[in-house]
Parts: sequence; C-alpha cells; structure tokens
Amino acid sequence: MGRPFRPFVLLPFLLAACGRDPIPEPAWEGAATFHPGDVGDTFVESSLGDASRLNPLLATDSASGDICGYVFNGLVKYDKDLRLVGDLAAAWDIRRGGLEIVFHLRPGVRWHDGVPFTARDVVFTYRVLIDSNVATPFGADFADVKSVEAPDDRTVRVTYAKPFAPALESWGMGIIPEHIFKDGPVNTNPANRRPVGTGPYKFLEWKPDEKIVLGANTDYFEGRPRLDRIVYRIIPDSSVEFLELRNESIDFMGLSPDQAAAYPEFFRHYNKFSYPSFSYTYLAFNLDHPFFADRRVRRALAQAVDRKDIIQGVLLGRGRSATGPFPPSSWAFDASVPEDVYDPEAARALLKSAGWSDTDGDGILDKDGRPFEFTVLTNQGNKMRELTATILQSHFARVGIKMNIRILEWSAFIHNYVDKRNFDALILAWNLSRDPDQYVIWHSSQRGPGKYNFAGYANPAADRLWEEGRQTFDPDRRRDLYHRLHRMLADDRPYLFLYYPESLPVVHRRIHGVQTAPAGIAWNFREWFVPRALQKYRGTAN
Amino acid sequence: MGRYFLRRLLLTVPLLLGITLISFLVMRLAPGGPTDMATTMNMKASTEARARLVKLYGLDKPLPVQYGLWLSRLARLDFGNSFRDDRPVLPKIGARLPATLALNVLSLLLIFLVAVPLGVWSAVRQNSIFDRSATLFVFIGYSVPTFWLSLLLMIFFGLKLGWLPISGLRSLNYDDLSAGAKGLDLARHLALPVFVSAFTGLAGLSRFTRNGTLEVIRQDYIRTARAKGLSEGRVIFKHALRNALIPVVTILGLSLPDLIGGSFIFETIFAYPGMGRLGFDAVMARDYPVVMAVGTIAALLTLLGNFAADLTYAAVDPRIRFGR
Repeated sequence: MGRPFRPFVLLPFLLAACGRDPIPEPAWEGAATFHPGDVGDTFVESSLGDASRLNPLLATDSASGDICGYVFNGLVKYDKDLRLVGDLAAAWDIRRGGLEIVFHLRPGVRWHDGVPFTARDVVFTYRVLIDSNVATPFGADFADVKSVEAPDDRTVRVTYAKPFAPALESWGMGIIPEHIFKDGPVNTNPANRRPVGTGPYKFLEWKPDEKIVLGANTDYFEGRPRLDRIVYRIIPDSSVEFLELRNESIDFMGLSPDQAAAYPEFFRHYNKFSYPSFSYTYLAFNLDHPFFADRRVRRALAQAVDRKDIIQGVLLGRGRSATGPFPPSSWAFDASVPEDVYDPEAARALLKSAGWSDTDGDGILDKDGRPFEFTVLTNQGNKMRELTATILQSHFARVGIKMNIRILEWSAFIHNYVDKRNFDALILAWNLSRDPDQYVIWHSSQRGPGKYNFAGYANPAADRLWEEGRQTFDPDRRRDLYHRLHRMLADDRPYLFLYYPESLPVVHRRIHGVQTAPAGIAWNFREWFVPRALQKYRGTAN
Repeated sequence: MGRYFLRRLLLTVPLLLGITLISFLVMRLAPGGPTDMATTMNMKASTEARARLVKLYGLDKPLPVQYGLWLSRLARLDFGNSFRDDRPVLPKIGARLPATLALNVLSLLLIFLVAVPLGVWSAVRQNSIFDRSATLFVFIGYSVPTFWLSLLLMIFFGLKLGWLPISGLRSLNYDDLSAGAKGLDLARHLALPVFVSAFTGLAGLSRFTRNGTLEVIRQDYIRTARAKGLSEGRVIFKHALRNALIPVVTILGLSLPDLIGGSFIFETIFAYPGMGRLGFDAVMARDYPVVMAVGTIAALLTLLGNFAADLTYAAVDPRIRFGR
C-alpha cells in the first residue's frame, strides 16, 4: 500500500505487486522450457453459469464471452502490457485526425471450416452490429461510424463522423464469418451454438449446463496452441467449485479473497497468482440529495473511512485503496493523487464548517433540526459489498453520522432505485474496459433515467475533458487529459472511491508457462503447456 | 361415470388458462426484464441498445397483447423462443428432461422401497424403539438442509475417500467409455444425488404408510383374518397393506409434476444439468418464454396427476362410486 512508484513505468510496478504471493517452485524442475513432445493434455476450467450464445456480437454473459475469446479474433487485441496490437489486422493507419482508420489484414487466415478470411467478413460483422433486428447490445461503440468498406480482400477502411479515440479498441470485437451468417436471421443461426471462428481453439461440443469442449486449432496463424483441449465445465455453486479444485478435477479457478486465504495445503497442487483487476468498488452519492450536494461533506466522509479496515476486512488485504476512476494498471491512472488518510478529527471539523454539529447531544450530527441519517443501498448476493457497507456504517457512526443499509434484489435495485435515482447513496463496482473513456459514467449529458451518471455529477470542466479525451488520438496528450480528470474527480468526490480489488487465480501446477503481466495471466494462454511426463488427460488428442 | 370424467377433464382447461394467466402476471410484476442481464451496468450498452432489445423481443407491446400472442402460439403447441439464446423452448426443455427424470424416478423408487416397509413395520410395532427411531430418522432427513448434507457427503465420499465424483452427471472422458463403463460412470455420479434426494424425501411417504396401516389394522376384517388363523405376515401384507396403500396412490399421482420439476438447490449443488436449474435461471434472467413453458407444463402435470389419482382411486377402492 502506498509504496511509491513512477507513473508511466507500469510493468515493474505490476510485477512487484504480483510478486506479493511468493510463487511456489515449479513442480517439475527443468521442464520450464517447452519441447515439441509436450503438446497435448486438456485444460479444465469452470464457470458458475452456462453460456448462452457463442457469437461475440451476441455474447453478454461471461461464459459466452470466455468461449468466444478462444474461438474468435478481433482486428486488434491487447498485449501483455495492455498496448493495442494487431490480431486479424497486421497493421493499421489512422488518417485525417482519426476520421479514418485503415486496417491491413493478416494474409492467409482461414476460418475453422477452411474458408479464407477476408475484409468482406469485417464489413459484414459491422453491418450485423448496426442491424436493428440483431440482439446485440454492443452497437454504441459503432454509432459514429459513417462507413466500413473493403477496397480489396486485405484492406478495411472505416470512416467516422467525428474522431473517436476508443474506436481502435472497439475493433477488438470478434469478427464473424459472412459465409455462415449471410442467410437468415443472425439471432437464431445454428452457428450461435456451433461457432466457426478464426481463433486458437475450434468448437467441438456443447452439452447444455454440463460442459463446452474446444480443441486446438492446429492451423492457427500465430502457431498451434500447446494445450490440446479446453473443457469448460459448468459448476453453478462456488463452494462445490472449490471442492472440485481441491479434488484436482479443475485446473483453474478465480478465487475470492476468503478462498485464497484458505489452508495452504488446499493449494499444494496449484500455483497462485494475483494482479490488480480492472475494476473499482465505490460508494456513489446522490449529488442532488441535500446532504451530499456540499463537497465538504463528501470530503469529510472520505476522511472518516479507514480504508485499511475495509481492505483487511473485505478483501483480506488483497487490494488497495482507490483514489479515482482509473485502476492502477491503466496508463490513465495518476499516481500523484494521494490516497485518503483516515482522520476522523479532520472529518468532524470539515462537517462542522459545513454546518453539521450535534446540537441536541444525541450523538448524531444535525443541521437545521435535521439529523445526518441516510441509507446506503446495495445488491443482494454480493457478500463483499454487504461487508463494505457494514464497515462504512461503523466508521461513519464514529463521526456522528447514522447510516442505514438496505440490500435489494438486483433487478429491483436497478429499476426501482438506480434508474430512477431514488437513493441517498449506493455501493456498486465498475468493471472497466482497457480504454479509459468513461464519458457514459461522468458526463453531465448522461444523467437521464437509465443512464450511468446516476450520481448526477455535472462539472463543465470535467465534461470538456471527457469530450476531448474521446477525440484525442495522441497518447501523451490523451494521458494528460485523463490525469487531469483523475485529479478533478478526486477533488470533487462524486463517488467515495473505495478500493481496487485483486484478481486471484490459481492454475494447476502441471501447467507451465503461466506468467503475470499487466494484462493478467491469460495473455499467453496459447503458450501454456504440460510437460509430457506430467500430462493427465491422455488419448484425447484430436 | 364416463360423463363425470369428461366433465372433470374439460374443467382442467379453464383451470390451466387461469394458472398461465396468473404466472404471466406474476412474472411481469417482478421488476426488471429479460434485457437486464445484457444491458444493465454495462458501460458498453447504451439506453438505445436496451430499447432495441425490448422492441426486438416484443416487450414494448401492451401486456394483454403479449399474453394473447403467447396463447395463440401455445394453441399451436409453440412455446416460443428463449430470450437468452433464441432457441425454441421445447428442445431446451427436452435436453434437460431425461437427466431430471432419471434422478427423480430413481429416488422415488428408492423412497418407495424404503418408506413403505419402514411405515408398515413402524405401524405394526407402534411406539416401539424401532418405531421411534424410524420416526427420528425420517424427520432428520426431512429437516436437514439439502445443501449442507450434500456438501458433507461430497467432502467425505468425493474428497476424502475418493470413491465417488463430487459433482456433474458424467466424467470428462464419458464419450470414450464402453457401454458398461458408461453405465457405471452414470451410476457413480447419480449415487450421491439419488441418496440425498431419497433421504430428504422419506418422511412423507413413510408417515402416510404408517398412519394408513395403523388405521387398517384396527379394522374388524383384520381381526377376522387373524381369528381364522392366518399368519401375521399374510395378515399384514396381503390384507392390511392393500387397503393401507390407498392414500399412497394419491401421493403417487401428486408426485407426477415433481418427477419433471427438479429442484434448483439440488441441481445447483450437484452441478446436475436438469429442469430445476433451467427454470431458476430463466426466472433470474426474466426469460419469460422458458418460465411460462416450465410453469405451464408443471401445471398441466399437476392437473393430470390429480386426475389420474382420482381415476386410480376409483379403480383400487371399489367402495368409491361416482354418482350420475
């Protein structure tokens, strides 16, 4: 916590952060290098929910997204240091200040059924994305696209109505094959259950609510994946999933902090990893509420909370205090923004200057005869958020603020309270994309019902920065804009930024080649392998 | 009698319609909608995208129109397509049904095999140590939380002893096994779920059998049977049991919907691909077509079960006669 680091040199910092857990010695000494004979074996992972549609344009649940990640490619992808690199595109040019992006596609790529991949598939994917008969929620990123053309088989030219910096990232969307989807409606195409992609793994089998099986694409353009098969098991209960892990029946699991803190012998067959996840948990104020309209009050509340208690109590130490809307592994994160210091005295003084004092001696601050009492809402089924609320409650009580907690079923919470802005404050988390654009969360135009600026934040200076941020392609200038936004939001405190949690995956020890990087561990999955002598699942080679 | 049954059969139609109307309304009263999973709190999903999905699924039409459309499709035996994956609902149900049916038939069989002798013996030896411990045993089964017992058994037989798989229906290499090995594999996976399901479901049937038997063995004809010198075994199993089991026939009829219903908690714990999870996930995702289909089929089976119970009741008990 709070260890100094230089802002733009992310890799050393992250490796340091990842190294907190001493990674155990490899089980098989000397086998860390790959030999051709080590191709094979099966990688078994699990998910709480079954997939719904194995089509990147329609995949909205995490299971479908995971599988699509193996089977499909976008034009671009993020590398291990979270830089955009070519995937199906070998290179690209950004022309006319971002109004035009020209992708030069990789030659010789084939779909899993052998049909060559061409620029026409990209144009087709775009047409499907903006087709109002297609059940995709992902059209927003492509709203400003004026046209997508294929001057030849290897070139795609995208023209924008106005420059849109996250555009490049949006082309990480999986590309679907025109020859499979061109006839009939996309939503009900059987290929949504038997996907044909270009990715490192081919689809083999899907048993609903049981498992999905993928096999290595031996012709993959970046080289054959070393693990022969992926079995994606559906295990809907996380305590049973954990038992299966202890039984070595699954090779991978993302742990919750309390699972990660279990007895070390539970994990003797696994390597543990940790890295900061791309998300943050926050307490959002309703800025139109009379208590929270005053910035001094919001600052005082931030000082009244001891983040150490939250990080220890909720995350068991596996996370760090949040200073703003960007996670520490993002280039938009401004490391010079200080973490909040727990200072209840200062909080009380600040509240007093805002007119809040305990005039009637009941232990609760009041102003104009109204006690400082409010209700925090959060959704049911998230233990960590419930715990966070409980800790906040006790910390606020120390400075004379009475906080009530209400836990609500997800749909009721969103529709009856968040969308209608019918709340005092609420606890939620944002999962972020790699691109730092958060216009939809913070811009004053996004305050309407059902939109994401439910805090009601409106700051013309911040509005201008968010607008400029999505139109600026120059990396240095863009970084500067987001650093200013980070400081501005830390100052204005529309949210009480609480913490950045860590991802805590474990991988079976027989699997070699796993490396943590800013992008996590999955970035080099294609190179993971099991030395011949340690292979567990034989006779499953395709 | 024929006209009576015809009337009863015809009465089930409005009843079924009423049930579907109520479940339709209850589902729609719940906050949220099928587009929530895809579009709420997802930075990449705009309000426009949400409106587009709502329109696509026909959720912008007035409720009576939506119900009317659903009914007219139902009349053609079309339950519509799931909102989650756009697949027709019936094949989705068809894919889950065999697993649930297998589990429930097996556990029902086991329940019968254990509960009936237990009930009879408890009645014959009323208030004995056996009777009391049997009562205790079935009520422990009735009251123990399923998930807790399941987890304990999984830890013991799966993790510690390694005799049985922890969860799922088949091993990963199932398709490569020979027919015999496949059967064994299924049996090993079914052992814990069937046991837990039977153990927790023993109470009802064993109590019914016990009470039924108690009532019957006090009857005059049993005394007569004993008086004419029949062995105790013949008295109990030939004369008493036949009449004592009449209420059990009703239970059988009523357990028809349970056979395909499946339990959500149960299937979730055992990662078992059945109807309970399908229905529950559909409710959580507000996947109206699936919810309505599962609800309608369950309602239909309940009605048919009642009907069948009445029919067989008349068949096994000659005292029951239906007036004209």
